[in-house]
Amino acid sequence: MPKTARGEAAIVTKTAISKDAPPTPASAERTLSGWGRTSPSAARVVTPDDVTGVLASALLAAGPGDGSLKPGVIARGLGRSYGDAAQCAGGIVVDTQNLGRIGAIDPESGEVEVDAGVSLDALLRAGLESGWFIPVSPGTRQVTIGGAIAADIHGKNHHADGSFCSHVTSVTLDTPRGGHEVGPDADPELFWATAGGMGLTGIITRARVSMRKVETSWMRVDTERHTGIDSLMDGLVRVDGVNRYSVAWVDCAATGSRLGRGILDAGDHATAAELPAKRAADPLAPPRRRGLKVPNLVPPRIMNALTVSAFNEAWFRKGISRTSQIRHLGGFFHPLDAVANWNLLYGRRGFVQYQFVVGDEHRAVIPQAIEMLQKAGAPCTLAVLKRFGPGDPGPLSFPIAGWTLALDLPVGPAGLRPALRRLDDIVAGAGGRVYLAKDARLEPEMFSVMYPRLGEFQAVRRRVDPEGLLQSDLGRRVGICEHAP
Amino acid sequence: MNDAFGLPNSVLVLGGTSDIARALVRELVGGGAKKVVLAGRDATGLAAAADEAKEAGADFVATLPFDANDVDQAAAVVDSGFSAVGRVDLVVIAVGLLYDDEADERDPARVARCVTVNFTWPAAALSRIAHHLREQGAGRVVVLSSVAGVRVRRSNYIYGSAKAGLDAYARSLNQALAGSGASVTVVRPGFVRSKMTEGRPKAPFEVTPEAVASDIVKGIQSGSEVVWSPSAMRPIFFVLGLLPQPVWRRLPL
Repeated sequence: MPKTARGEAAIVTKTAISKDAPPTPASAERTLSGWGRTSPSAARVVTPDDVTGVLASALLAAGPGDGSLKPGVIARGLGRSYGDAAQCAGGIVVDTQNLGRIGAIDPESGEVEVDAGVSLDALLRAGLESGWFIPVSPGTRQVTIGGAIAADIHGKNHHADGSFCSHVTSVTLDTPRGGHEVGPDADPELFWATAGGMGLTGIITRARVSMRKVETSWMRVDTERHTGIDSLMDGLVRVDGVNRYSVAWVDCAATGSRLGRGILDAGDHATAAELPAKRAADPLAPPRRRGLKVPNLVPPRIMNALTVSAFNEAWFRKGISRTSQIRHLGGFFHPLDAVANWNLLYGRRGFVQYQFVVGDEHRAVIPQAIEMLQKAGAPCTLAVLKRFGPGDPGPLSFPIAGWTLALDLPVGPAGLRPALRRLDDIVAGAGGRVYLAKDARLEPEMFSVMYPRLGEFQAVRRRVDPEGLLQSDLGRRVGICEHAP
Repeated sequence: MNDAFGLPNSVLVLGGTSDIARALVRELVGGGAKKVVLAGRDATGLAAAADEAKEAGADFVATLPFDANDVDQAAAVVDSGFSAVGRVDLVVIAVGLLYDDEADERDPARVARCVTVNFTWPAAALSRIAHHLREQGAGRVVVLSSVAGVRVRRSNYIYGSAKAGLDAYARSLNQALAGSGASVTVVRPGFVRSKMTEGRPKAPFEVTPEAVASDIVKGIQSGSEVVWSPSAMRPIFFVLGLLPQPVWRRLPL
């Protein structure tokens, strides 16, 4: 053990070190950024091969600092947070890619124990073999279990099933005050702080997840085309009562009476009986492996007002006014996975995603937001609208009952940053908030208004991490990490 | 931390009383920067700049006296600047003095002083700043260079060559910092109407400190290595750079 690291490591985990400490994992200095490719920062990336003593061995592998700056440590999965959640400038980033074990799925309860680095893609492929699907699925399968819990991700079934952590029965957490096994009934305070806690309560190493039984890997989907925002929102309210899954794509380029026009998809898992004959032979066929990749040479500024409105027009026309079909769950849930590195299309400056939620009584904020960005001259490449059911008890968990809109916005237009600051005011004024897993720009004053239970979260942090060792660029930026350098 | 648009929360300004620095601080604080450390020589000027930053909305403003003639203290000044806010997202080097070359060129002591203030001190400070930013794994430095250093001219070659040295040093440092999470932006203003140029006749493409500040903020946001202000200076100096030396010498610049 390096001499200078001794003091720190001793504080960190006495238990982990007294046990058989795993061999020092590989580490390298790397520049990291989120999926939006904004605000890169450099850190020492440590890649442990074993879930035991992850935190202690990461600190050892990172070697001694000169003591002037508390280094900070955060876990990172597949890097799908859009902003700076899974980076820690000047500190240590624990890459969980080698923590990939998937246990056996309990044939009765559907519970499965998985390592934090397992992707939803891997878990759903393993599950489908015996007819189990992941309980909550975001727009991509390329998310790890650790990330899914840390961001308390939601999917098209939030109105029916809640967010991911509502389906997690236990989490194994490595904190500077030792290992903890927490769940809704075991230290619920720490469990719920971890749900949506963006990794700032400890390194998630393992979890038990309850899977959903399905007969097929196919979806029965109803599609509706709506020519204006009111009709689209009314449509979402209507279909939510009868469908487990629903989502709307919104054309943010349309103006006037067509403002907020869009296409609504609603559906549920198809039963074996609902499958057409040609699908019935292999009802649980896994998603196809993606083939497309964006080449390294992308012309600059291809995401501009012109291309964006042409793309949206085409997309809108593609959707027929009303149809029912059987679609594979891959295409239904994970349209973004069709092209592996689509984020490169946004060029060197990248893009931000602004996802917010407001309560039902503030539905007017949705068209207002679209209009504000139009007036600011900031084109929105992709917009997704959905309804949330009630949130879970996590103090930093994003969902609250109401409407959520996610907007993909290329960085570049001068009006974008000020428009988003004004939008923050409107969203906060409506009692809403923005989603930390997508955020790359929220300021601390606004964050504490949007997340009024921050104090509660910080109290839990002080219990498991009194020295404030767990840090991320996001946590420093929005002020979750107190007294962080 | 810098946000997705490259704009900072905490700012350290070396040369905090310069008109460009003050305009830049006003704009950055207006855009959301909260912590500002202003270092400079003139205590009254610093106090005024600090009041201005608070008025613009900064939560925390500290001032730090230093003398750019004292090269040995450069690292210590940078260290105190960093420790005042813990983590610095943006460092601005706006140290510099214009010298009146006709008189100065015959005075070796004044030549040395001009080079010290405009190049040696900033270079020493940059070396220490780079150390801190490497350790932070993130951050940006904005270095105020000048078009005077792009192609040095007869009428102010002492100042111009010191700026040329700083310009080259800062751009090379940016290359050296690749992969560290830190970066450098070099700013080349044209003739700026400010207290440094008080009493000088009107020049073509004259800019205000506010216009330079706004160009700098745009440059930071797009991550540029070099920012020209006004941007027309870039093609102009491309053409000027092609002129043969005898022609260049005779130009009334």
